[in-house]
Amino acid sequence: MSKIIASAAIRGAYTIAARVEQKYAAVLQQYGPEQSIGFPNTAYFLPVIYAILGIPVTTLGDCQLVFKKARRLLPAPVSQTTHLPYLAPALDAGMATLFYQEIEEALRYLTNPSFYQSGEDVSNGRIWLGAADDVIMRKRGVEFVDGSAPGFASILGAAPDQTTAVRLAQELQVKNLYVFMAGDHNGARFAEQLQQAGVQIGWNTRLVPFGPDVSSAVFAFGFAVRAAMAFGSIQPGDFRNILIYNKDRIFAFVLALGDVTDEWYATAAGAINFGFPVIADTPIPQILPTGICTYEHVVSNVPYDQMVARAIEVRGLKVSVTEVPIPVAYGPAFEGERVRGDDIYLEAGGGRTPMVELSEHKQMSQIEDGKIVVIGPDIPDIPPGSKVPLGLSVAFAGRQMQEDFLPILERQIHHLINYAQGVMHIGQRDIAWLRLSKQAVAKGFTLKDIGAILHTMFHKNFGTIVDKVQITIYTREQDVLDMLTRARDIFRMRDERIAGMTDETEQTFYSCTLCQSFAPAHVCVITPERTGLCGAYNWLDCKAAYEINPTGPNQPIEKGQVLDAVAGSFEGINAFIRQASRNKVQRINIYSIMHDPMTSCGCFECISAFLDKCNGIMTVDRDYTGETPSGMKFTTLAGAVGGGNITPGFIGHSKHYICSRKFLQAEGGIVRIVWMPRHLKEELRERINRQGAALGVNNFADKIADETVGTTQDAILPFLRSVEHPALTMKPMT
Amino acid sequence: MEAKKGKNQPKRPATGAKKGTTGVMTSLTVCGASKAIIDKARASGISTVFDRAARMKPCPIGVAGLCCKHCAMGPCRVAPELPDGAPTQAGLCGATADTIAARNFARMVAAGAAAHADHARNVAEVFLHAVRGSITDYGVKDVQKLLQLGIDFGLDVERMGIRDIAIAVGERSLEEFGKQAGELVLCKRAPLKRQEIWRAQGLMPRGIDREIVELMHRTHMGVDQDYENLIRQAGRAALADGWGGSMLATELQDVLFGTPVPIVGRINLGVLKKEYVNIIVHGHDPLLSEMIVAASQDQELIAAAKTRGAQGINLAGMCCTASEILLRHGIPVAGNFLQQELAIITGAVDAMVIDVQCEMQSLQQVASCFHTRLITTSPKAKIRGARHIAFNEHNPMDDAREIVSAAIEAFSQRLGTPTIPEATQPMVVGFSCETIAYVLGGAFRASFKPLNDNIIGGRIRGIAGVVGCNNARTTHDAGHLELIKELLKNDVLVLTTGCSAMACGKAGLLSPDTGLTVCGQGLAEVCEAIGIPPVLHMGSCVDNSRILMAASAMVKEGGLGDDIAELPVAGAAPEWMSEKALAIGHYFVASGVYTVFGVTFPTSGSTIVTDHLFGELEHQWGARWDFAHDPHEMAQKMIAHIDKKRKALGIDKARERVLFDMTMRREMD
Repeated sequence: MSKIIASAAIRGAYTIAARVEQKYAAVLQQYGPEQSIGFPNTAYFLPVIYAILGIPVTTLGDCQLVFKKARRLLPAPVSQTTHLPYLAPALDAGMATLFYQEIEEALRYLTNPSFYQSGEDVSNGRIWLGAADDVIMRKRGVEFVDGSAPGFASILGAAPDQTTAVRLAQELQVKNLYVFMAGDHNGARFAEQLQQAGVQIGWNTRLVPFGPDVSSAVFAFGFAVRAAMAFGSIQPGDFRNILIYNKDRIFAFVLALGDVTDEWYATAAGAINFGFPVIADTPIPQILPTGICTYEHVVSNVPYDQMVARAIEVRGLKVSVTEVPIPVAYGPAFEGERVRGDDIYLEAGGGRTPMVELSEHKQMSQIEDGKIVVIGPDIPDIPPGSKVPLGLSVAFAGRQMQEDFLPILERQIHHLINYAQGVMHIGQRDIAWLRLSKQAVAKGFTLKDIGAILHTMFHKNFGTIVDKVQITIYTREQDVLDMLTRARDIFRMRDERIAGMTDETEQTFYSCTLCQSFAPAHVCVITPERTGLCGAYNWLDCKAAYEINPTGPNQPIEKGQVLDAVAGSFEGINAFIRQASRNKVQRINIYSIMHDPMTSCGCFECISAFLDKCNGIMTVDRDYTGETPSGMKFTTLAGAVGGGNITPGFIGHSKHYICSRKFLQAEGGIVRIVWMPRHLKEELRERINRQGAALGVNNFADKIADETVGTTQDAILPFLRSVEHPALTMKPMT
Repeated sequence: MEAKKGKNQPKRPATGAKKGTTGVMTSLTVCGASKAIIDKARASGISTVFDRAARMKPCPIGVAGLCCKHCAMGPCRVAPELPDGAPTQAGLCGATADTIAARNFARMVAAGAAAHADHARNVAEVFLHAVRGSITDYGVKDVQKLLQLGIDFGLDVERMGIRDIAIAVGERSLEEFGKQAGELVLCKRAPLKRQEIWRAQGLMPRGIDREIVELMHRTHMGVDQDYENLIRQAGRAALADGWGGSMLATELQDVLFGTPVPIVGRINLGVLKKEYVNIIVHGHDPLLSEMIVAASQDQELIAAAKTRGAQGINLAGMCCTASEILLRHGIPVAGNFLQQELAIITGAVDAMVIDVQCEMQSLQQVASCFHTRLITTSPKAKIRGARHIAFNEHNPMDDAREIVSAAIEAFSQRLGTPTIPEATQPMVVGFSCETIAYVLGGAFRASFKPLNDNIIGGRIRGIAGVVGCNNARTTHDAGHLELIKELLKNDVLVLTTGCSAMACGKAGLLSPDTGLTVCGQGLAEVCEAIGIPPVLHMGSCVDNSRILMAASAMVKEGGLGDDIAELPVAGAAPEWMSEKALAIGHYFVASGVYTVFGVTFPTSGSTIVTDHLFGELEHQWGARWDFAHDPHEMAQKMIAHIDKKRKALGIDKARERVLFDMTMRREMD
């Protein structure tokens, strides 16, 4: 009965409220109201409170207002007879609970700063990762946007045993879902169960241990609300739209494993506000009628072997998983898994042995679909700990196949192989690097299975252009060296062809509206010389994607009449943008930052911003967490730029675009850059210098200030003058 | 003149003698407490409405709507049509049965609309005084609703102060009554498609008073003698009630006294307390009763009561005044329309304070048998023999104290021990439109979406508005209860107001503990999830405007069509008696709600007019009238209508669960 749930949730909310206010009073006494609090590296303060109430909590004193609002939300207990309606008060109590829990976690960050491990990985003895910072949120956000992660499961408590925990986690991983873990059941915790069973946990395997207490579940909501603000461009405080966004676009659910305490009920009531249903393994009451969630609200007593399937159905989520005929689990969740040290059974490439991967176009009659041949020894003839040479040749045939698709297909090899559990793959072409783990081999994985993966997945993902796929794997050194020689010639020819493609030579650009699942007004225009702003999709990718799915998110855009070649204004693009943005954007200049720049979704790799005193621009990537001369950190900049808005003076873009000929051509190109983070400058140094030289400035990288010079305009100006930075003498930007 | 009798011709009520209208009823009431007091009255020789109903039959010509007394050449009693199709008689002026029936119908609508309009005008005047500061006992309690009204009236609420907004809202509200042209402002709250229908059909009201005056003019001797034209203007006047007078009254009362939220209350004669000074406020106007609520809690007056030997002051309500203070303060309800005399006959009522509408003159006769003070308060509604304490809105608290003092004085003059039936029932009430949205989703997700969703999903089959009076020509409360139970059993959620709500309260249908036991599984599941009873008490009869707002909110929420007429909803007044009820019924029909009345139908003497109301209107207005004597038949008609609308919406079959992939997410707006 819903009444039992509502009564418990309201009781739980009171318990949490009392505890947090008590903790708060003690902390306030110790630190004083001016003490700043917050989660690391985020522009969204305490994100749930910020999103729902619009209150930016930055100090202990700020919590008072939140408490005041939260207390007003706490309803009277549910009466046993002639009760008043209880669902709505319970939902309110649930929301108040999340506010209290978020403050409780913020207090923990203040009083016990080393409690949470920062970054994406657990480290010795510290398995709790705490709040996802904005870097993680944006990086992982891309996966939510493009569908490679369709949603997340928020797990409370623990499975009855390790085996069940591992099975549940793996099933969720195979379904590509993120798993956020918090809370305990009788002292047992899901994340610890996984770790004890030897499962890799952390953001890289999508098994994210948020924290040991139920309050840590609030980090999952903090992740979800930021998606609404960052990608959906919904204003903080617009609680209704933020919650509806979550219901419609963030496919999350709660798995309650173990005794559902009052505090769990309270948290679950908070989740239902977001449209996230609760699936429990215990026989708690159910709430089946629809309304706040898309389908059921609480479903209970679900057996473990049906739990994931049931949760997905209740959430209304469609996850298509391709069965790959290999003996290990397979899915994007395993992409970030590492194979190290004693775990390595076999290693190839990475400078240790020669390794190469090559895709080739063959005639239909030349190859046999599904033929996988290993020429040379394969497991078990290769002993543990071996380093072997490896050549991976994939031949494609198909009526729709084009030479231009080969590099795209080849680039897929990396992640397709990496998706297999216990297989680690880095790089591509002749710098590829492969490791197989002992666990994978123990389950029966062989090199031939790599062929099975590629055959299955190429057919699934590229079925409209690929009719036949044949894989040959070489493990004898001479064969690999022969293949290397041949492959390098092909790589060179391909590079030359791509280098020759310019925005002028191609009449058709491509749109990318993958992000519209999250940022409905945003449209990327992708040209040969300007990749998508997430860095993940280039012009050829889009071209192939269009061939594969002619009604998909990548559509051809005929440039049409050139209105302004320098600024990048094209009649065809404007017409397309108007329609694809649902009339929210009228025109853009694809090479300009100051006048009608392109919109930004939220998953951009870098942001450029106009610096008035320097008469130039700065560019910052999302891995840089420090201050910048714009006066804003990346996260704050991102908040201002994202969500499908046009913001003159600011633009989101990929790293790759920085060194493009077309980079901010309207404003003078790359030589306008006066500041960028040092690590980014070093990463791109060679290409920066090349493009700088093309614009007449030699050793341009050395003229760009970085954080070691300063992080304010005033601090870097003397440096810019001393190196005679070209921007200082260029025509004014405004 | 012969009516076309096609296959789809709706059944119309038979005229003349009919069981229930003139026949013998099997029982007087299904309310045990009432039965006990009726017995006491008979034993004591006190005449009640129940006795008079048995003694006096309704006029057979009048009941068919065919008595015309609009001029001094009459009254003309035109006989109902004969079954053999012989030509019907006409009045001296030649007015046909159709004209006379339509004219009488229209006059009733005009009177009903006028009652609500005059109530609303009074509220608007007091509102304006209060916000200007010339009355200090009232103030703005619901700022949110005030802002909404400000937006409705096109005020720049972002820039104006609350006081200025309130004054402007008060002034604009008053202007709605005397407006001569244009459209009533609150009509904009209706779905756009409905507004288009009103414009196309000549139904859009211009000003509240104007439509009523015009209707009175057109029903004068020798003016409008085209039944269709009359029914149309009656529709326009009715809309000026529903979307004008009634809605303004509801909204301004909410601003002044607070928008109802769920609250627990008790009902039936058992709420009277032997040891206490019992005061009953009866009628329709919350302006005075709000003050009496305050006065009854005044420590000085309570002390005065105690010096007379009472334990305190017990306030209870009756009829719609009861609903006003029940919903806002949880004040108990003594009973509905047919219990007004019975309350006094308990001997426990020290004062019955009445304002306007539905107060029977017999109250004075009954009160004179006891110590009870019958106090009239409105200069518009005096009763010969009753004490009149004129309620002065400018100094309401003084009047309220005087009234309470009179009751205290009467307490010591009680004659013998009162007979108070033990019966009371707990109930959960207070479902304003805003509150329904809240209870469905909480403070952060308040909306009608879960309701629409469960209608679309089939757990809830549809919505019925069951409202209206009691009628001594039919068993007290039986029509309401049998109809509503049948609807609930068939998964129809019921919205209720007025005396119908009280019948439900007494029968336990407004309690979530007992109400769900009579529901179908789907409805019970939804109500249980939310924690609501299956019948939602939305207020007094003027608050039927809340049902219009709820219906509009359902349309705006989406998924159930573009017009109220497309919703799977139906309305009913199974025990109606007042002219207000007819005005309400007509504005429901004109708003697109299929509406069924019981007991009797005022045009039954004219096949043509009845067929027009029961048939043609559906093509013109999107909804029609209907009649059913038997509550079960009424339920079946309503359910059939709901099913028809479900089918038209394509939600009559179980739907597959939709699972969303990325492509579908991208296509979302």
